[in-house]
Amino acid sequence: MDAQQQWRTEVEQLVRVHGRSRTALMPILQDINRAHSYIPEGAMLAVSSALSVPRTEVYGVASFYAYFSVKPRGRYVIRVCRTISCAKQGEYHPAIATLITELGIGFGETTPDGLFTLEQTNCCGMCDQGPSMVVNEDVHVRLSEASVRALLTEYRQRAGAELKH
Amino acid sequence: MPESKMDPKSVRGFVGNKLSFSDISASEALKSAAQMDGEDIVAIVNASGLKGRGGAGFPTAKKWEYARGQEGHPKYIIGNADEGEPGTFKDRLILTDFPELVFAGMAIAGRAVGAEFGILYLRAEYGWLRAHLETAIERCRDEGMLGKVIGGAKDFSFDISIRMGSGAYICGEETALLESLEGRRGDARNRIPFPVQAGYLGKPTVVNNVETLAWVPCILLKGPSWFASRGTRKAPGAWLFSVSGDCKRPGVYEYPFGTSLRQILADVGAEDAKAVQVGGASGTCVPPAEFDRTLTPGDLATGGSIIVFGPGQDMFAVAENFQHFFADESCGQCIPCRVGNQRLLEAIARMRKVGLDREAERNVRQLAQTMSVASKCGLGQMSPRAFLSILNTFAGDLPAKHA
Ligand code: SF4
Ligand code: FES
Repeated sequence: MDAQQQWRTEVEQLVRVHGRSRTALMPILQDINRAHSYIPEGAMLAVSSALSVPRTEVYGVASFYAYFSVKPRGRYVIRVCRTISCAKQGEYHPAIATLITELGIGFGETTPDGLFTLEQTNCCGMCDQGPSMVVNEDVHVRLSEASVRALLTEYRQRAGAELKH
Repeated sequence: MPESKMDPKSVRGFVGNKLSFSDISASEALKSAAQMDGEDIVAIVNASGLKGRGGAGFPTAKKWEYARGQEGHPKYIIGNADEGEPGTFKDRLILTDFPELVFAGMAIAGRAVGAEFGILYLRAEYGWLRAHLETAIERCRDEGMLGKVIGGAKDFSFDISIRMGSGAYICGEETALLESLEGRRGDARNRIPFPVQAGYLGKPTVVNNVETLAWVPCILLKGPSWFASRGTRKAPGAWLFSVSGDCKRPGVYEYPFGTSLRQILADVGAEDAKAVQVGGASGTCVPPAEFDRTLTPGDLATGGSIIVFGPGQDMFAVAENFQHFFADESCGQCIPCRVGNQRLLEAIARMRKVGLDREAERNVRQLAQTMSVASKCGLGQMSPRAFLSILNTFAGDLPAKHA
């Protein structure tokens, strides 16, 4: 099967779950984004023909929302809250400095092993328990230097275990 | 299917006082709704004076009545769980602790306007709540609180599905939310038609905030006068506030409208606050001289966000952070907002470096004015507010102008 055929197959499966109407566009893109950490061009083309939505519009939607990406990202996308209750005076808490050092990358970048992409996010509704961050779909609060290190270890182990299977 | 298996209780947070929601039974409320017709329900909600809790404060009963009078079918009820205003997290607590009150509120709204379908639009940032909410929906179905025959009434059927956002503050605006549900970028629509006339897929649609919906079962069970007797005459009822920032006890608090800021600061342990931001990034920054002001539409309107700034804070760093937020979240559709927010951000950054002169001040005020009159939706219209209120009161935080 060529790559495009594979995308067609994958998208057809999603169409079976979410339907073939325009309203299925977001749920389908969300599933693709979750499975691959981003929405590859081939997937957008397949979605466009499956739902009869012009390509440019599929791209428009995929590039509009902050949780979607049209560029490859790591297995775990870490989104650090940069809004005021979490980042006092616009400065990050030392826990976030630790996170950045431990990962060895800047915002918008992915670690060379492909495990983590670091991003900033606006308020994720955890302001009473900041500093906070969202990793894929999980939220982590009251971050400290120690908890950040422990979380990274945990995600590395989880990825290791998943890869073995 | 949701990926997260996180237990929402693990990040539930602190609740400062007893919430009215805690002794309300959703199934009792549905049983009593099943005894009424749509008109009765609208009349009760109208008598309570309930207004939308998302920020705009539109009378709920009026919205329902318009939708009820529409011919189009099917009709939809949308629960707006896209709570994105910085500093707001009350909906998160409601969805964690009282999801069945929200669902019951949606079903009751459905009975009131003649809708049988509901959609809960959950923000991406709350993706970890999805599994918890799906389970709650299942439970409601099992217990006859959702589905074909609700509360024993054969003509009362309603079901709910969950749809996710993908990270866009603007989708909390109801018309942008509808665009997103229909598979488009979250661009705000022109109003007229209003969503109650032509909303989701062009059908009559009611969009209500999560907190608004949760109050509905309470009003049905305890009566409209119970609700109306709390708060002020113009703004009846109680309200959930999300308090964060420099205070000893951040969390969710319930207060009747008309409560003073000073009282809240005492309760949360922040008597020494230098400023309080009411209403999030699109709200007002209040200095200590005005702490006796009250939280109520007409004085300090709010969607529930209260952010406390302690004595050490540089208020222009705060303004810059808020402004960054808007520059990030503008949907980009109209120029006053897309370009204006970017320019305002640059202006604040510059001010923080070199101070403020008369001409720069005149320019930013003019820009802010243009943005608030010429932007298409609330985001662009409101975005200069936090900055202006900080400029008016805390100009002393800027460096002295280098001549
Ligand atoms: S005001 Fe801003 S967010 Fe609203 S429609 Fe215009 S560009 Fe979009
Ligand atoms: S400010 Fe960080 S979660 Fe709200």
